[in-house]
Amino acid sequence: MPGNRFNAYQNHGVGIGLRIPHYEHIFARKPVVDWFEIISENYMIDAGRPLATLDRILEQYRVVQHGVSMYFGSVTAPDPEHLRRLKQLVRRTKTPWLSDHLCWGSVDGTYTHDLLPLPYTWEAVERTAERVRRVQDFLEIPVAVENVSSYAAFTASEMTEWDFLTEVVERADCGILLDVNNIYVSAMNHEFNPMDYVNAVPAHRVAQIHIAGHSKYEKYILDTHDHPVIDPVWDLYARAIERCGPRPTLLEWDDHIPSFDEVHAEALKANRYLHGQAPELVEAAR
Amino acid sequence: MSDARNGVMSLEEIQRAMAAAVLEPLTADEGMRERAADGRAMADVAASFIAPNGRLNAFQRLEIYNRQYWLRVLGSLEEDFPALRAVVGGNRFHALSVAYLTAHPSRSFTLRNLGSKLVEWLTAHPEFAGRRHALAVDVARIEWAFVVAFDSAGRAPLTLNHIAALDGGSRLSLQPHLQLMALAYAADELVLGLHQREKRLTSEAGVEHEREESAPEKLPRLRRKNTWLAAHRVDLSVYYRRLEREEYLTLDALRQGRPMSEALDEGFAGSAILEKQRAACVQGWFGTWAELGWICAPEAGA
Ligand SMILES: [Fe+2]
Repeated sequence: MPGNRFNAYQNHGVGIGLRIPHYEHIFARKPVVDWFEIISENYMIDAGRPLATLDRILEQYRVVQHGVSMYFGSVTAPDPEHLRRLKQLVRRTKTPWLSDHLCWGSVDGTYTHDLLPLPYTWEAVERTAERVRRVQDFLEIPVAVENVSSYAAFTASEMTEWDFLTEVVERADCGILLDVNNIYVSAMNHEFNPMDYVNAVPAHRVAQIHIAGHSKYEKYILDTHDHPVIDPVWDLYARAIERCGPRPTLLEWDDHIPSFDEVHAEALKANRYLHGQAPELVEAAR
Repeated sequence: MSDARNGVMSLEEIQRAMAAAVLEPLTADEGMRERAADGRAMADVAASFIAPNGRLNAFQRLEIYNRQYWLRVLGSLEEDFPALRAVVGGNRFHALSVAYLTAHPSRSFTLRNLGSKLVEWLTAHPEFAGRRHALAVDVARIEWAFVVAFDSAGRAPLTLNHIAALDGGSRLSLQPHLQLMALAYAADELVLGLHQREKRLTSEAGVEHEREESAPEKLPRLRRKNTWLAAHRVDLSVYYRRLEREEYLTLDALRQGRPMSEALDEGFAGSAILEKQRAACVQGWFGTWAELGWICAPEAGA
């Protein structure tokens, strides 16, 4: 069953992120795409070209919203204007579920526009879960929280990242957007085994999966979404599908964006695992 | 900095400390500063909440976020103000951006609003604009008007028939995406030219071009010339339109909620347009405004 209550029982298959350089191709060729993920903030505006374009997409495609600034882990309360605009967009897109990150990024109304990692403490578990719950109640659709890639760890942390994620989603009773690339990036930066992470997440709560490429620097790996997916990340994906069953899957490609066909073809590689046609890879991932 | 639980910082304390560090401007070679704004060694600040790993110490790990922050916000400002950058030069634009963002860090969930205070700030800080301060402010004004006109609300405008039925006591409101500007330079063509060049460079390179040039562009010499300009949206695209001084003043007064007769008085105050020509002039404006959809009924409750 690809669907569960965290993705409104949808069977969305493999999608890609909707990006401006691909608009022309999409409107001219009308390619068959299971679904598009949009960055909510790009459309939380009053009017104009972005919304008109979105409406054209909505006529022909399924769209799921993904946010980058809800900051479930920020201690200061969310901006009511943000929530109001988000709900307005939810009504427009009829997104069956929506996602944002398990992170923080603003304090006292000042925004860093970054996905900053949280200390894995019980205090953070409680505050974050409370915030997810509130947002979910307000939006009236399932909310999934995404694990971020991180480059720093906190002295205050009291548990592993996967325990932290599990505690938050259990208490908030929400879904998970499992980003296997982010798991890989964080595993390299924090020296843990990424497979331990994938093996530990509550599989029944996984609403959606993100796959992506990244940049490797000498001393750390940056989650830049500007490369094809690497094999170790496909291995994590295979294991996640093995544990969760097929789940709506999305390829993120944000920088140095190649042609639509190239991005779509990379995303569709996920079908090899979704339909269980690569048992040897699943085997290798164990 | 720490609570009673034997030196462990609360979530709130960690977020305040980390945000303060992340927002600190970088050094000239784009590293994190050695000292925080309060004089503490940044290595100590970082070590107070960040754990090192085998390859990076706490300072270096925090520095990744510090750099990432500036890369993102500076990039966003540069995207919204390419003509301002060309007018003042890359180096000066960088310094100006850092100073502006330090004074006005983002207060909105969207980067769209990052430049909302730039005109006001730049007006008050001529030292960041070089010799062409007034021109730089005008260019910033024109570019910010573009951002606002691009995605602000559009309301159903009044038709010419509606407008014909108005009288001197009528109050009107203007199309929300319509932006009005009073400039010291006729800088609109300069901005348009620079934007077109920007577009060309971006599409030629396929990706954002590398900006090597750091000196101000060699630009055509502009003389000071009072200019009134509107930015507005037609069929999803933003256009600029020059206004007569009287037209600008009238629109501005209408936007402030003055009844029509008062707005026209303000519009023609000190005008060289002869009394007998004014009625035809006003008729012409309203015809154009109706065509462009600039005039709306007053907002409910206004
Ligand atoms: Fe992701």
